[in-house]
Amino acid sequence: MSAPATAPVQDAPDERLMHRSHLRRLLGRPELGAVVGAVAVFVFFSVVADSFLQTSSLSTVLYASSTIGIMAVPVALLMIGGEFDLSAGVMVTSAALVSSMFSYQMTANVWAGAGVSLLAMLAVGFFNGFVLTRTKLPSFIITLATFLMLTGLNLGFTKLIGGTVSTKTIGDMEGFESARAVFASHLTIGGVDLQVTILWWLGLVALATWVLLRTRAGNWIFAVGGNSDAARAVGVPVKGTKIALYMAVAFCAWISGQHLLMSYDVVQSGEGVGNELLYIIAAVIGGCLMTGGYGSAIGSAVGAFIFGMASKGIVYAQWNPDWFKFFLGAMLLLATLLNAWVRKRAEARK
Amino acid sequence: MSAVLAAVLGATLAGCSATGGKRAEERAAKAAQGRAAVDTPRWTFAMVTHSGDGDTFWDIVQSGAKQAAAKDNIKFLYAHDVEGNKQAQSVQAMIDQKVDGLIVTLAKPDAMKDVVAKAKKAGIPVITVNSGSDKSKEFGALTHIGQDEVIAGEAVGEQLNERGKKKAVCVLHEQGNVGHEQRCDGVKKSFKGEVQNLYVEGTNMPSVQSSIEAKLQSDKDIDAVVTLGAPFAPTAVKAAEQAGSKAEVDTFDLNAKVAEALQSGKLGFAVDQDPYLQGYEAVDLLWLYRYNRDMLGGGRPVLTGPQIVTKDDAKTLAEYAKRGTR
Repeated sequence: MSAPATAPVQDAPDERLMHRSHLRRLLGRPELGAVVGAVAVFVFFSVVADSFLQTSSLSTVLYASSTIGIMAVPVALLMIGGEFDLSAGVMVTSAALVSSMFSYQMTANVWAGAGVSLLAMLAVGFFNGFVLTRTKLPSFIITLATFLMLTGLNLGFTKLIGGTVSTKTIGDMEGFESARAVFASHLTIGGVDLQVTILWWLGLVALATWVLLRTRAGNWIFAVGGNSDAARAVGVPVKGTKIALYMAVAFCAWISGQHLLMSYDVVQSGEGVGNELLYIIAAVIGGCLMTGGYGSAIGSAVGAFIFGMASKGIVYAQWNPDWFKFFLGAMLLLATLLNAWVRKRAEARK
Repeated sequence: MSAVLAAVLGATLAGCSATGGKRAEERAAKAAQGRAAVDTPRWTFAMVTHSGDGDTFWDIVQSGAKQAAAKDNIKFLYAHDVEGNKQAQSVQAMIDQKVDGLIVTLAKPDAMKDVVAKAKKAGIPVITVNSGSDKSKEFGALTHIGQDEVIAGEAVGEQLNERGKKKAVCVLHEQGNVGHEQRCDGVKKSFKGEVQNLYVEGTNMPSVQSSIEAKLQSDKDIDAVVTLGAPFAPTAVKAAEQAGSKAEVDTFDLNAKVAEALQSGKLGFAVDQDPYLQGYEAVDLLWLYRYNRDMLGGGRPVLTGPQIVTKDDAKTLAEYAKRGTR
């Protein structure tokens, strides 16, 4: 099986083009550690919490995972591309606020508000990417600044326009029902009630995986995160790739924001702070390196799933809630350590 | 030309919603506009609370305070910070500006003790609102306006007894908030059934929902969910529906959505502490004190709640909740 394939180019066979056994290929996947961790967490809570294995519980866990997972996908791509985004958490709230306030203030169809919100969020994503590539400042600084500005704008504008810190209800407006169907409905599949966000999540994971592994853009993302100078030297559009990645984060923030709005109908302007860390945690558990150039979209999904299982499993297990945060932290640490250990072994075997 | 105009108009109209929105609000708007009713000097009063960013509850407190300020010819300043020491710094800044009266909350009493003493030394009258009724007098404040959290919790427990509930879960959306613990303790005190605490992440609504769902799925005997803030009540209702639970959702505090949900029977009852009154009375009492050295209740705490709001009351309150004063 390990015989070199006939190389399609005139150069000597490249090690990346060599056939490897299925097992070795599997062991080399970034998300392998996370999968092992997920299985461990799943087995653990199945044992300690009686109600964890019910189908209804599973749908709750999946919902919790999906709300993080939808954002973890583009955040993972961005991390593979060597950057991260601290503004992702409040951007979700911004997306919901813009949508709601535009529809309400203009008495416009809810979809019109959603459209305006999409444009506004893409502009924020573009801003992040553009300033980053222009100034060459670390993404930590740029997106921290955006995070703070968005937090202030969320509060300031909501209060300025509506007079109160939460938006007015748009539940009685035209277009709301269809928007809710798209972003916040439930589906019953085989007797299990599933939230539509789970479908969005799986769809985004599939799309991102396809882009990463099957398209030229995917190669660019890996190249940009691995070594951006080398990538530029071989003609990869480094700036464009990074800007596009930030816009992808903005796009998913828009989807999450619309879910938030259509699901709860009223949005509070102070929400979302701190969630950006959850997205990054999910991506890191899922095998993305903090330094870039390595990771996968499926991994981010597994990471989000681990997070969903751990946070809700504690409730199912009926543990003393005073210790909630401690258990959560310990679970995350263990999962990440296991993940790192498996990855190290896999890489050593290559 | 007119065809173009018609097309443009048509396109604009197509993008509009015929229901709801600002237009509906304006149609129904009966603004509670205020003018100064007195000609006392324009004093400056400052309010410094422990509110987080974007909290609907404190919005209502402020709207009460502003209403009273407009009537009493007062310049009203407001600042807030969740962290005790930063709240104290803001109070200090107000003292430095030589305001004529101070309204503070004592959610973190130890952090506030020194600045309240400083204000008193600087000759600035202080009134405490919302939290800290037990420390108010000791720190040298004129009086306290608010609800006693334990008593409010007990009112909820009694109401649950009346409704024949057996097992309740108390949803805390801010870990480490003394007032929240007191509320749940109060419920525990008077409720004959069992009460469990559930901590959720208040800044993350989907997480609040899935945590409550998980709790209800893990214990089918739970027949009552008590949320500690109005924005979390509709979320708890969704969670109960999603978990297929028959548990009744009840809540502390009121807002427009809660009033609506009470009317439609989705919520059992709400315990209102009338935040509008807390802001309004604080400013008005300070004015009375400056003008006439009056003090209501002889300096003993003035209670603004608890008030149990059920379906019938909700109908009348909904209109006020919508304009942000209840």
